[in-house]
This record gives sequence, C-alpha cells and structure tokens, in this order.
Amino acid sequence: MFRAFLIKYAEIGLKGNNRYLFENALRDRVKDALKVLGAFSVSKEQGRIFVECPEGYDYEETVEALKCVFGISSICPVVVIDGTDWDSLEKGVGDYVEAMYPDRHFTFKVEAKRADKQYPLTSPDICAKMGACLLRRFPELKVDVHNPDVRITVEVRTRAYVYSVNIPGLGGMPVGTNGKAMLLLSGGIDSPVAGYMISKRGVSMEAVYFHAPPYTSERAKQKVIDLASQISRYAGPMKLFIVNFTDIQLYIYDKCPHEELTIIMRRYMMRIAERLAEKEGCLGLVTGESIGQVASQTMHSLAATNEVCTMPVYRPLIAFDKKDIVEIAERIKTFETSIQPYEDCCTIFVARHPVIRPDIRIIRKSEKKLADRIDEMVEEAIRTSEVIDIG
Amino acid sequence: MEAYLDNSATTSITESVRDKVIKALYEDYGNPSSLHRLGVAAEAYIKEAALALAGSLKVEPREIVFTSGGTESNNLAIMGAAYANRRRGRHIISTAIEHPSVHEPLMHLKDNGFDISLAPVDGAGRLKKEELYNLIREETILVSIMYVNNEVGSVQDIAEISSRIKERYSDIIIHTDAVQAFGKYRIYPKRDGIDLLTLSGHKIHAPKGSGALYIADRVKVNPIMFGGGHQRGFRSGTENVPAIAGLGQAVKELYTDFEEKISRMYKLKLMMLNGLAGVDGVTANGLPGDYGARDGGYSMELVKKTAPHIISLTFDGVKSEVFLHALEDKGVYVSSGSACSSHHSEPSATLTAMGLSKEKMDSTLRISLSDRTTEKEIEYALEQISNLYPVLKRYTRK
Repeated sequence: MFRAFLIKYAEIGLKGNNRYLFENALRDRVKDALKVLGAFSVSKEQGRIFVECPEGYDYEETVEALKCVFGISSICPVVVIDGTDWDSLEKGVGDYVEAMYPDRHFTFKVEAKRADKQYPLTSPDICAKMGACLLRRFPELKVDVHNPDVRITVEVRTRAYVYSVNIPGLGGMPVGTNGKAMLLLSGGIDSPVAGYMISKRGVSMEAVYFHAPPYTSERAKQKVIDLASQISRYAGPMKLFIVNFTDIQLYIYDKCPHEELTIIMRRYMMRIAERLAEKEGCLGLVTGESIGQVASQTMHSLAATNEVCTMPVYRPLIAFDKKDIVEIAERIKTFETSIQPYEDCCTIFVARHPVIRPDIRIIRKSEKKLADRIDEMVEEAIRTSEVIDIG
Repeated sequence: MEAYLDNSATTSITESVRDKVIKALYEDYGNPSSLHRLGVAAEAYIKEAALALAGSLKVEPREIVFTSGGTESNNLAIMGAAYANRRRGRHIISTAIEHPSVHEPLMHLKDNGFDISLAPVDGAGRLKKEELYNLIREETILVSIMYVNNEVGSVQDIAEISSRIKERYSDIIIHTDAVQAFGKYRIYPKRDGIDLLTLSGHKIHAPKGSGALYIADRVKVNPIMFGGGHQRGFRSGTENVPAIAGLGQAVKELYTDFEEKISRMYKLKLMMLNGLAGVDGVTANGLPGDYGARDGGYSMELVKKTAPHIISLTFDGVKSEVFLHALEDKGVYVSSGSACSSHHSEPSATLTAMGLSKEKMDSTLRISLSDRTTEKEIEYALEQISNLYPVLKRYTRK
C-alpha cells in the first residue's frame, strides 16, 4: 500500500548556513541504508528526505533499515495518489483512511500542503473540503482541529501524497558530519554501546580490538567482528584493527608487579589505539568505561590510563549504571553477542587483588622496567595489526 | 605439520565413505518409501547399511534403527524403553559419568515420575560394580551404562555386569552408550547381554547426522518421534539416505585389519603417555591401578585396561582452553577435558565423579586418536606439548 516514505529530521533543522551539508549527509546515509534492499530513489526536498520505493519492496525490512539511520526524527509511510484532480484525491484519501483505520471511532484533522501553486484549491480549501468528504464517507469520524487523534496530511505536487503515521526514528545526527573516532572494542557489553552513542552524534568509527592468542580464542575474535558488524548497521562501514597483544602482555607480566598488570596493560592499549587513530585521521578515542564498574575504572585508574594519550578520550557511558547500558545493548542488539562467554585479554591475567587506587607515579616507575623492549614491541604490534573491513 | 587429535569429537570421513555419500545424495536421490524404482534404489542403500551394521554386531538387520546420531539413539533407548516398560516398574539405574544425551533424558524422566539411581565410579572412572548391583530392586526396568567414557577412556565390562544383573533379574533391559566403543572393541550384543546399543557415525569416519540404535527383538521400546511409521514405527521420518549409506560404508571398513589398527592405537597412546610421564605437573586420568607412572613409564598391560584412543591429561597450572589454543596455533587439535571451555559452563560430570578438583578439571586436555593417526603426528604433538607447557605454566593468574 505504501509506495514512499517521507523522512523528517531531527536537529539538522536547527543548523544555519551549513545545513545543506547535514541534509546531504542524511540523504546519503539513507541511500546507503537502502542500497542493499533495492532500487529506492532518495531525494532531498524542502526540509525532508523523500524516499520512493521500487516495485515489490519489503515494507518491514525498509522501515527497520531506516530506523538504524541517525539523524531521522520520524519516518512517515506515504500512499501515493497518481491523479491530482479532486475526484482522484477524494477517493484516494478515503481509501487510505478505510485501509489504515478499520475502527474509525477517532477524531481527525486534515492538513494540506501544496507545492503546485497553480492547483485550483488553496491549502485551507483542501483541508476543509477533504474533511467534509471524509465525514460524509465515514460518519463515525469526528473532527478535532486542536487535538486530533489522527492528523491526515495531504500534499499536492505533480502527484498527491497522503500520510498520517509517524514512526519514531533514532534522532541524533547523520554519520559523517562530525569527524571520525577510534573505538576500543573489547567484546564486552559496554564498548559497543559506547561506539553506538558517539556515532549517534554523527561521528564515523574505526575500531581496535586487542587479541591475545592463545589466551583469547578465534571465537572471541569472531565475536568482536560480529559486534563491529552490528555497530556498523548504525555507524556505517568501519575498519576493525586486530592488534596481537600477547607479547606485550606477557612482557608486562614478567617485568611489572602483578597487581598493576591491568592498569599498565590498559595504558599500552590506549597508546596503541591513539597511534592507530592518528594514522587513520581520527580525532578522538572512544571507550566503554564507566566510573567504578571494575577496578580498572575507578577515578584513580581512569586518571592513570588517561594520562598516556593526548587525544581526547570520549567515554559516553561514564556515568551510566550497568543496567542502563544493558538496556541500550539490548535495543541495538549487541547484548546477545556480548554475553557469549569467551574470555577477552583483560580478564585472563587479572590479579585476584588488582590495585584499585593506582598511584600514577608508581605506575610510571613500574613502566620504566619495560624500557628495554616495549617501544619496539608496540611498533611491532601496530605494524602487524590485521585490518578487517566491516559493513 | 598438523596433528588432528580430537577424534572423539569427530573424525574425518574416508574417501570411500565420501563417494558413497555423494552417490546417494546426488544420483540416487529417491525417497526410499517411494514405490517406483528411484525409491527402490534409495532403499537399497539402507538395506546394505543395515546388513553391514547387523553383521558387525552379529544381530539381525531388523534390529537396527537408523537415527540422527548418538544423542537421538540415547534418547530413543532411554525414553523409549522407560515409557514402554513403565508398568513393570519405574526405577532406572545409570552411572555418574554418562554423556549428557543419557543423563538429560534420565533427568527428564525423573521429573516425570521415574526414580533414577546413579552408580558411582572410582578415581579411574571405573564403575564401582558392587554399589551398582546394590541399587537393583524389583522395580528396576532399565540399566544404562556407557561402554567407553568419552572424556577419560575408562571402559566398563558390560558383559560381566549384564550377566550378573540378568542372573537375578532377567527382565531388566541393558542399554549401553557405545558411541566411543563401537569400532574399538568387538561388541556382540547377543553374546554380551546387551539389549539396546547406541552408536554414532561421525566417530567412525561416517558423516555427522548418522547413527543407529540396536534394539533387541525381545525388547519393547516406544517411539519418541511420531509420523509416517518409518523403520517399523521406531523412528518416523524419511530416512537420511546419504548419511545411512555413509555409515554403512564406514562400518564395512571398521573391522578390517581390526587387531592391527587397535594395537597401533595402543602403541601411540602409550607413546603419548610415556612421552609425558616424567614431566612435573602432568598426570594422566582414567588409568586404573596406582594412577601413576612407575619408573620407565606406564606398561602396555595397564594401558590396555583403557580404551585405545582416548587420553586424558591434566597439566597443572595451565588452563586447558589456553593450552588448546596454543596447540591449535601449532596445528595440533585437541579438546579441553572438561565439558566446555569457559567459566560459565558446568564442570565435567565425569571428572567430578572421579574426584578431580576444580583446578585440575580446568587444566585437563583430551587427546583422542583414530585408526588414521600416525606416529609422526604423535611425535609432533608430544614435541609441541613439551615445548609449550613450561612456557604457558610461567604465565598464570596470581
């Protein structure tokens, strides 16, 4: 029944002179999202994006895809009426109401827009006349112009469009309008959510995963690839860097106090992530850290890991409770994958009693014990990192 | 170099099995129930396979029911025998070291009014027989005992147990899960007093999704799948002809040069055990006697008390999952001894029953051979294990 979608956008509407950049980006993201589903035509017009659907397209699949595009405030499925003469219009709108609302005990209001200024009726005329026609055809209906249950919008252009349903979109900003960041992706519940949230603000993503074979398995790596694919449904295509971290980890294990292992390890992860980020032209790092969640995420620990990079580190979950993070993870469908029980490299050697209030000066001193080989090992890890194209 | 030493998980299929499967799958694709000649051609594979299985077990072809594998056969045997014989009694005896496909149906029956007793094992995974016999009562209808344990390779003397039981209670049905034993021992149900016997194809070079249950003529078993009444009503559903054909082919080859194959596997097993016998922190599980190596290693006599193809080793201080992945990296494929890999999973029932501590269980690997395993593979695996163990042992959680 629906042959088109009208897409309304969120914050972009507030932009000034560069608004067209945001609109173009949204149009392109909508195109990207629909590309795999068929030959949709996507165009930008007067503060909205208009999508015309190909013959035989799948409605549910299309709406699902649009619901993953950041920057959309709502999606309106549209019925297209081919003729714009009044008889066609009256029949078309009447049929629409009949099909959409089997139970017609509700109040309504007709809203009209006319792009074709040559059209013999003005917008208020169309509203009034169509309202009367609908009341005649469906006596159960009632008009309420102030607070109607249903707003039926009729737009007259070269053809006429009718819609009354708003499917809420994700909001946010179209990806690609706000630079690029490097996501530290672990395989847990938090980091995919963090990536999703930053991406929602229009930021493109690359991701890095620290793999520690044989301590972490092929399946743990596959899990991270699956998570990256899931995030890329929202964030668009991304590169996933797989860094082999085993040697560095064992070197730290050999040289540094065991209870500092996790903190020092994380400092090296940040350093490597930053290096990769610079190489890829990213403007920041993204982590899933949340204050106090584990020993390595206390304020002290965060300060200790934070000091090794100069690039801003975005931590969108910093003040979130676990259950709120889980809720988002479930909504964006990363939760199921995240809870698969494969160890990641942060947990394998974790001390039974890790430091929870690391003193940065002591950590720095411990790190000096790595001076012999660590720089070369970091170089090696960066040089040998595997890149997987996702999405 | 690669060494596939996870044959108790699954085996490779042989060329002749592959050819047979492809022929049945691609050329003779008829439905064996069809009346036309395509149906007859498909049915011929099933008859051929039934003959092969019946021949190897010395039973009648009509006593063979083809299933989707070990799990289905065990379910059919246990649920089917329990429900068909529940008027005689509702007591079933099994052991503490069964495969989940035996244990879980039993737990289901327990929830549905049956009384289940599990006999304990000793530290080598062998049944404490007297305790088993003491569990038998008037209402006992079924005794299910695994022939060869899949985790440690301990073997139960089913023939002796059956005859002791049947001396007093001739009506008790004896089931054995012989998934790991079929092809490693000559098993003749009629001689050994076995009424129901489970076997699986993919442990003997046949495809996954193939298996069978031997059901002695005299035994009543209810179906657990209902439908068109295929296979004399025991197992409805169009037969999986390619899988059955592959199983038949594999069975035909299974017992050729049998003694030679078995003695070679024992030789390799001994080689593996003795290659690690002196290493500090390594213990072999499932070996009876004093459980340890004497100077100079284990004796063949001792090793022959266990299955020829399964070796269970505990490496103190190294998590089995880590060891497994490190070996994988070198092309050596084994499995972790406890049922699964992670901290979320249940500990192994067998190793628990044998009295292993949680640490030991987490550090146990299973190495399993087949008649295709070579001395070179064992040598290579030994070398890799010996090299990796000290390295991995150094890095542990503190």
